[in-house]
Amino acid sequence: MLDELEKGRWPSFVSDMKQEAAAREKTKVDLQAPRESIDDLLGLLELTYQDKVVHWKHGGIVGVFGYGGGVIGRYCDQPDQFPGVRDFHTLRVNQPGNKFYSTEYLRQLCDLWERRGSGITNMHGSTGDIILLGTTTPQLEEIFYELTHNLHQDLGGSGSNLRTPSDCLGMARCEYACYDTTALCYNLTMEYQDELHRPAFPYKFKFKFDGCPNGCVASIARADMSIIGTWRDDIRIDQAAVKAYVGGEFKPNGGAHSGRDWGTFDIQKEVIDLCPTHCMSWNGKKLVIDNKECNRCMHCINVMPRALRIGLDRGASILFGAKAPILEGAQMSTLTIPFVKVEEPYDEIKAIIEKVWDYWAEEGRNRERLGELMQRQGFQKFLEVLGLKPDPRMIREPRSNPYVFWKEEDVPGGWERDIQEFRKKHKK
Amino acid sequence: MPTINLAGKTYEVDEDGFLQELDKWSEDFASAYAKEEGIDGALTDEHWKVINYLRDYYAKFGIAPMIRKLCKETGFDLKKIYELFPSGPAKGACKLAGLAKPTGCV
Repeated sequence: MLDELEKGRWPSFVSDMKQEAAAREKTKVDLQAPRESIDDLLGLLELTYQDKVVHWKHGGIVGVFGYGGGVIGRYCDQPDQFPGVRDFHTLRVNQPGNKFYSTEYLRQLCDLWERRGSGITNMHGSTGDIILLGTTTPQLEEIFYELTHNLHQDLGGSGSNLRTPSDCLGMARCEYACYDTTALCYNLTMEYQDELHRPAFPYKFKFKFDGCPNGCVASIARADMSIIGTWRDDIRIDQAAVKAYVGGEFKPNGGAHSGRDWGTFDIQKEVIDLCPTHCMSWNGKKLVIDNKECNRCMHCINVMPRALRIGLDRGASILFGAKAPILEGAQMSTLTIPFVKVEEPYDEIKAIIEKVWDYWAEEGRNRERLGELMQRQGFQKFLEVLGLKPDPRMIREPRSNPYVFWKEEDVPGGWERDIQEFRKKHKK
Repeated sequence: MPTINLAGKTYEVDEDGFLQELDKWSEDFASAYAKEEGIDGALTDEHWKVINYLRDYYAKFGIAPMIRKLCKETGFDLKKIYELFPSGPAKGACKLAGLAKPTGCV
């Protein structure tokens, strides 16, 4: 069945794996993991395709000394038939910011992995790590030693801890970046190495860093703490460049829609009328933006990147609580800090993180994500913990039900009432 | 099912070396197993404090305690726990204490 997947135009993972299996067959490298591991992996996968059920055993607890995470243990449930994948553990390796590499580094990593692992990888895991897919238990410490001593490279996170942070490529090559995502991602990764390597939390916790609201690393959906770049002054307009768009000299959206004839660029239809807050106007000569009404959705800037630029007073919004459905339903992050400056050494952001962790570590139940704790104890409580005042920007709309809790000190007379006093005025 | 030989006795374990028949646990099992988890020399009183706490909690509640709870009740911070058990509270301490393998999204 797998052979079918070598047909068609998309790069075939089956063909790639067969190629690696053939290379392992004839290599002169002194392989430390089974030579036939890829053949057996393909065999096991073929079996899986036939019975439509996985053939990996439940769980697996392996690792390296000193760390409580970073390796995901896996054992095949047909070890006699497929001894090459009897143990087939995954290592998460902390990727560099932006996933920028030199070939020299990747060659070193491949040399290491060819010798001590299966030779196959995932570039990259959804959280961002380099995934080294499949090796045996005795090789784990060997790989870790070589990674740290020769490649100066550490493992990523797994378990109930801070997982590997990741970022969009930010200022490295994007003119929308409102802060240096890479610098912040790296700084926090280094600051919280302990929290990353030694699970101490009720459950997993993820950071992700988006340079602007376009969300190229999807922080709002895939991180318990989402840091999303923004600005608070005016969008900078180059009127001559706007005219160049209107005149057809510049392609809208950087030419992203050139695969189909959408007609000539109509600034009214494609920008002004699509602005979600209707804060823009165009009189044929001049583009005007009422910035105090702009919600910085990025649409106009995305359409006319050569004419419109992000403001100069930049920072980030911080949102909390995104998670996948289990247990209480999927959540995206909730706006908690509308604007914070992002400046080294990031003390303000670190102070926020540590308040959140102190609260969640103390109050969180076993395997309760931050987003679920926020639901259980309420957003109000979360703001109190962070020392923040409620702000209309934190909600999409006010509550519609009237089940409003009051604090006793805010109610004249408090909660201590005597029924006899009440009866003096109201007979039974 | 793999087995492991410790101090002249044979135990059934899973691939990760977790004891399968929890009632076979003994102090000798933990002592003899310690070297495999990177512990040099004999188990100290501090090791036993952690192991005994884990066993008591497991006997009472049927699960391993959360790490924060373990630290609070033993008075050891996480750093100390890793000094005692280099492979950590789950893979190291729970294994020596003869608890069922921790599961979930590791």
